[in-house]
Amino acid sequence: MSTPLLDVSGIGIAFGGVRAVDEVSFKVATGEVFSIIGPNGAGKTTLFNLVTGIYRPSRGTVRLDGADITAVPPHLRVRSGMARTFQNLQIFFRMTAVENVMVGCALSERTSFLADLLGLPSVFRQNRVTRAKALALLERVGLADLAEAPAGALPYGALKRLEIARALAADPKVLLLDEPAAGCNAVETEAIDNLIAAVAKSGVAVVLIEHDMKLVMKISDRVLVLAQGRPLAEGPPRAVRENPQVIAAYLGDIGSREADRAHG
Amino acid sequence: MKAILRSRLTPLLALALVMALVPMIAPTSFHLRVAALVWIFSLAALGLTILMGYAGQVSLGHAGFLGIGAYAVAIGPARLGLDPLLCLLLGAVLSGLVAWLVGRPILRLKGYYLAIATLGFGVIVALILHSETELTGGPDGMSVARVTLFGWRVTGALNWYWVSAGALLVGALLALNIAASPTGRALRALHDSEVAATGAGIDVSAKKLAAFVLAAVYAAVAGGLLAAMNGLITPEAASFSHSVELVAMVIIGGLGSVFGTVLGAAFLVVLPQALTAFQEYEQAVLGLLIMVFMIFLPQGIVPSLRALIEERLP
Ligand SMILES: Nc1ncnc2c1ncn2[C@@H]1O[C@H](COP(=O)(O)OP(=O)(O)OP(=O)(O)O)[C@@H](O)[C@H]1O
Ligand SMILES: [Mg+2]
Repeated sequence: MSTPLLDVSGIGIAFGGVRAVDEVSFKVATGEVFSIIGPNGAGKTTLFNLVTGIYRPSRGTVRLDGADITAVPPHLRVRSGMARTFQNLQIFFRMTAVENVMVGCALSERTSFLADLLGLPSVFRQNRVTRAKALALLERVGLADLAEAPAGALPYGALKRLEIARALAADPKVLLLDEPAAGCNAVETEAIDNLIAAVAKSGVAVVLIEHDMKLVMKISDRVLVLAQGRPLAEGPPRAVRENPQVIAAYLGDIGSREADRAHG
Repeated sequence: MKAILRSRLTPLLALALVMALVPMIAPTSFHLRVAALVWIFSLAALGLTILMGYAGQVSLGHAGFLGIGAYAVAIGPARLGLDPLLCLLLGAVLSGLVAWLVGRPILRLKGYYLAIATLGFGVIVALILHSETELTGGPDGMSVARVTLFGWRVTGALNWYWVSAGALLVGALLALNIAASPTGRALRALHDSEVAATGAGIDVSAKKLAAFVLAAVYAAVAGGLLAAMNGLITPEAASFSHSVELVAMVIIGGLGSVFGTVLGAAFLVVLPQALTAFQEYEQAVLGLLIMVFMIFLPQGIVPSLRALIEERLP
């Protein structure tokens, strides 16, 4: 592997004595799709929260592009090139779809508070630039038709893609996607699958949490399996799938989940 | 038609039109004074519209900032011999500074906790204004020197009407500017999801603080105008009930609508004047009317009406 863009080392956090994430390390390179899988409650989302700075790790470090960002507050991590989506949708429901993505462009906007207050011409120029960028991103995720719709009125699958567009608006070097295809139908999953592959190809390191095994096996370069906060296995999708420990700890769980779904 | 309803400047033009019409319809100085009060309270409430309507942060102590602005205009000329207009500006700066100091710790709190903390702040300001008798005149308040605007002594209801109307127009323009800017987007975003706003690289605490400081400056300017127009100020200006009234104006107007805020202010300033016939039941009738309002126009005046109109348009 070339020099890693994202380098997470020995990271961990405990909630009330329960080690939700314990001694997890992984590296992701530019252009790579790195997937994290594991049963419910394995600590995948918590790991994202540690990497993006929502939680402060009790141990371990996060490096981005060689720089230690473990102590950097979350909004500044975006500045160093980290963007994410959320498992539980975090949409600006009272704004339109395009405005949601425009918020994602915040970092590239160059107006001051005073200019905003006075409504200087530079603000309107900036708005036009931001809007054009946001519309292009909506086009890219296939939501161009819904640009002016209130986000609160969009269907679930569209909101998942809206979050991806908003994250891409920050021009990330690392994109962390927390179950982007959850709750999506086959067609939508296919679209998200293509989108992730295209994003990775454009030179972004993609970290993907996903329960849809078909999707994971298809687009991942490497897979990390978490169970009870600990790394269980890591490697190419095929090797991981055939790992007996993984089958025991995880695929059994998937089986029961599928069964749950079948029974409604 | 829909485009006009949504345009940024529509509320401003509508407001200017109303301002021009009122003196023709209601020319007595009593009516003009009431109208000037509407403009002044609208200005104070507009700051809260930015804080509550855009950013979703409650302040139940906002009359405290109004009090700071009012007493700056009262104390500066009387005790320090400063120019009243300069004191209006100093009051706004002082209020913004206090908001910055108080807001930094307070704005980390959410929901009810933020409401209680800001309430506490308002109570403290009112308490200081009550007890620092030497400086503030205590519960009886103090008289305020006449304001001179570039050599022009501002007196009379009509003059104050135009001064307060002008101040409100400027305030409304700035509020509309903010709404249509990156800052406004950031505020509305953190209103809906702080974690997603953070995820977009927005410094949520800094933006909240900016909105809080701005809201405090609006309130202080309004307070200064109120003191100067009335020529008298009492600690009542900073009272809790005033803070609640400001919040009610914003909510009745429709949380985030500039024109709505003015309607909300008009409602709460004019109605008590009209209800004096009910004497001791005045407050109860007022409360009842607010309840009726919220039941039939739950989103506030302007958003509810806009939704109604847009529904009926093809
Ligand atoms: N803020 C928190 N406080 C207390 N416990 C937490 C917190 N966040 C996560 N946990 C716990 O950490 C564990 C891991 O949760 P996490 O959400 O990371 O799992 P996950 O792998 O994302 O699961 P899922 O597949 O259901 O999304 C769970 O037991 C959860 O209850
Ligand atoms: Mg999760």
